Amino acid sequence: MTRTLLSINGLTKAYPGVVANSEVSFEIGEGQVHALLGENGAGKSTLVKMIYGLVKPDSGTMTLRGAPYAPPEPRAARADGIAMVFQHFSLFDALNVAENIALGMETPPPMRDLARRIREVSETYGLPLDPYRTVGDLSAGERQRVEIIRCLLQDPKLLIMDEPTSVLTPQEVNILFGTLRKLSAEGTAILYISHKLEEIRALCDHATVLRLGKVVGECTPRETTAREMAELMVGTALQTPTRAGRDMGGVALDVSGLSAASPSAFGTALKNIHLAVREGEVLGIGGVAGNGQDELLAVLSGEILTPADAVKLKGRPIGRMGPTARRALGLLTAPEERLGHAAAPDMSLTENALLTGSIRENLESNGFLKWSAAETFARKIIKSFDVRTPGPGTAARALSGGNLQKFVIGREVLQRPEVLVVNQPTWGVDASAAAAIRQAILDLAASGAAVICISQDLDELMEIADRFAALNEGRLSEPRPTQGLSVEEIGLMMGGAHGMEVAHV
Amino acid sequence: MDLSQINPVLLIASLMVAATPLLLATIGELVVERAGVLNLGVEGMMIVGAISGFAVAVETDSAWLGFLAAAVGGAVLSLLFVLLTQVALANQVASGLALTLFGLGLSSLMGQSYVGIKPPAMARLDIPVLSDLPVIGPILFRHDPLLYIAILIIAGVWAVLTFTRAGLILRAVGENHDAAHALGYKVVRIRIMAILFGGACAGLGGAYISLIRVPQWTEGMTAGVGWIALALVVFASWKPWRVLLGAYLFGGITVLQLNLQAAGVAIPVEYLAMSPYVVTIVVLVILSADKSRAPASLGRPFHATS
Repeated sequence: MTRTLLSINGLTKAYPGVVANSEVSFEIGEGQVHALLGENGAGKSTLVKMIYGLVKPDSGTMTLRGAPYAPPEPRAARADGIAMVFQHFSLFDALNVAENIALGMETPPPMRDLARRIREVSETYGLPLDPYRTVGDLSAGERQRVEIIRCLLQDPKLLIMDEPTSVLTPQEVNILFGTLRKLSAEGTAILYISHKLEEIRALCDHATVLRLGKVVGECTPRETTAREMAELMVGTALQTPTRAGRDMGGVALDVSGLSAASPSAFGTALKNIHLAVREGEVLGIGGVAGNGQDELLAVLSGEILTPADAVKLKGRPIGRMGPTARRALGLLTAPEERLGHAAAPDMSLTENALLTGSIRENLESNGFLKWSAAETFARKIIKSFDVRTPGPGTAARALSGGNLQKFVIGREVLQRPEVLVVNQPTWGVDASAAAAIRQAILDLAASGAAVICISQDLDELMEIADRFAALNEGRLSEPRPTQGLSVEEIGLMMGGAHGMEVAHV
Repeated sequence: MDLSQINPVLLIASLMVAATPLLLATIGELVVERAGVLNLGVEGMMIVGAISGFAVAVETDSAWLGFLAAAVGGAVLSLLFVLLTQVALANQVASGLALTLFGLGLSSLMGQSYVGIKPPAMARLDIPVLSDLPVIGPILFRHDPLLYIAILIIAGVWAVLTFTRAGLILRAVGENHDAAHALGYKVVRIRIMAILFGGACAGLGGAYISLIRVPQWTEGMTAGVGWIALALVVFASWKPWRVLLGAYLFGGITVLQLNLQAAGVAIPVEYLAMSPYVVTIVVLVILSADKSRAPASLGRPFHATS
């Protein structure tokens, strides 16, 4: 390790009710790729926000190249050579690439010079980008390039990357890693936040593991197995979901020649989708976000209506039926967005249980609600899925992401679906809750239900799906058995590098 | 009926005067909305501007000081909106409606002793040669200075939004306030300045009615122009020059229908009176069919989470 660039000593930050960071200390060397590892809620984001000057620590100090460092605002952090690529892109859809980049700079040059410099830097690092395109039209990979170039133009000494690969295909990840390695070789330190262990093993020199706001360990990722790191993160031995051998029944859900326009302006239209899923089978659908996942869920749930014959449930055309009619027939869905789509944030868990369960669980009669039956159903979900909450009267918004996700999935699973469609069932959920959700999906399939699992987490799909298909620009690839499928093949099914050039570095 | 009574030159000259209050109020609200704030209190700020401007102009015998006071009056009333929506994070729609109702009441109270008084006049532009040109002279060079200032404000807003960094930051705040905050921009401060600018413009618009267009004070004399301004921002697709187009179209048809009434056209007066609203909305709906859309953070309260 070379000279120390940034050292952090005993940083503590508490919010009402939670200690986000407690006595966190570690050091980053110049040119080092340092991983910050931890589950959701471990305090990674708060920590980097303190380094970037967005949040002030309650106590503790930071030292940058030997000098005390306490940025009052991001501007000061940028002036000291610290740049950050955000997890949720901090871009402005209606502005073009150059304008977006100018907003992240202190004294941007005139637009024409800036455009030229954007071209230069993007060529140098193998990230081609047109400065005059509107950001709203760019793919997720290209948007990330905008953020990275915005950082690179400031010639940073430390580049913070918060979950940068969650929206990229494997090929795009390779391009990104090429760029990061080149930067590191030039002496730029990189603080890399992720919970994807294989990536960290491939890229990082050193890792600091956080759990519940505390540093619980450090390791050299190349010499540590992914399992060891995962257990450091979680603090207990991980349970891998087990797949029971099972028999496939007849075709439960059949989609043929389905095309549908997207209801939103920046959405993706579905083009000629064919898929069939059998009883007892888990069909995994991968693909980078924004390639038609939300639309596919909507046509299956009945939020978007299609020609009657395009969607068939056990041979019965249901394309013209709305969500309630489909639920009555046994086709249940759990959308991706927990707050606002899968659950009504300000309503209690009992009310949320009623919202999708009223028909199949018989929770209403003649238009009147059966409150006690609904509450019993909600308690049943809470109990069987280990949802950590004071009780069924709690508002959905008050639950953590993982707990609400367990509730939302549990609510559908307990309604004994014939076909269950889930979108991103473990997104933003910690590892142990994710394992429980995956196990529930596998158990459901073992009991004879057909499951379609739409997810961007390829490891998850490989773990639970029998067959895998990928969505790319609204088209669905031919499903293939997951056994023996390689990462390269999956990447190609997902559309390869989306025409992005490989970095020549 | 005698259409030859209508003089096209005078018609165009008077439509510019009729459109100016709307123009001022709309360009102010456009800036506010571009910063991501929906202020439905335009009507209230206009009427308060109308009476503050009128009162000060009468007391000081200076129309210029009157306009200054109108801008200050509108901006001060908009401070109430700032307090409610940016500090107390109240709902913007409800706060804006409250502002209008409050402004209408307040202006009646302030204006009790000013009914029936004639305000000082503002000298019209009189450029030798140019103002005396036939046709062009009366249309372009014989107005009061504020009409030109209104057009300059449009040009200025357009230039600032398009070419300057301040404009870029303003648009960024309206587009995605969370991202702007993450980059270190002061979202609330920028919005407060935009709201104050909107208030000042609305105040000027109101005073233009009470000091130049009418010119006298009557209760509720803005008569819904503030609401038209709100609609016009949407139909102008948040683009400054389209505001000019929409305002002149509205002003034009307002003046035309008055002329037609005077000429005794055999159409019921009620139809003529509603025509400016219908025509302006129809034309602007057709124009706004392009893909431009509202600022993405419009109307959403911003709360900086630490």
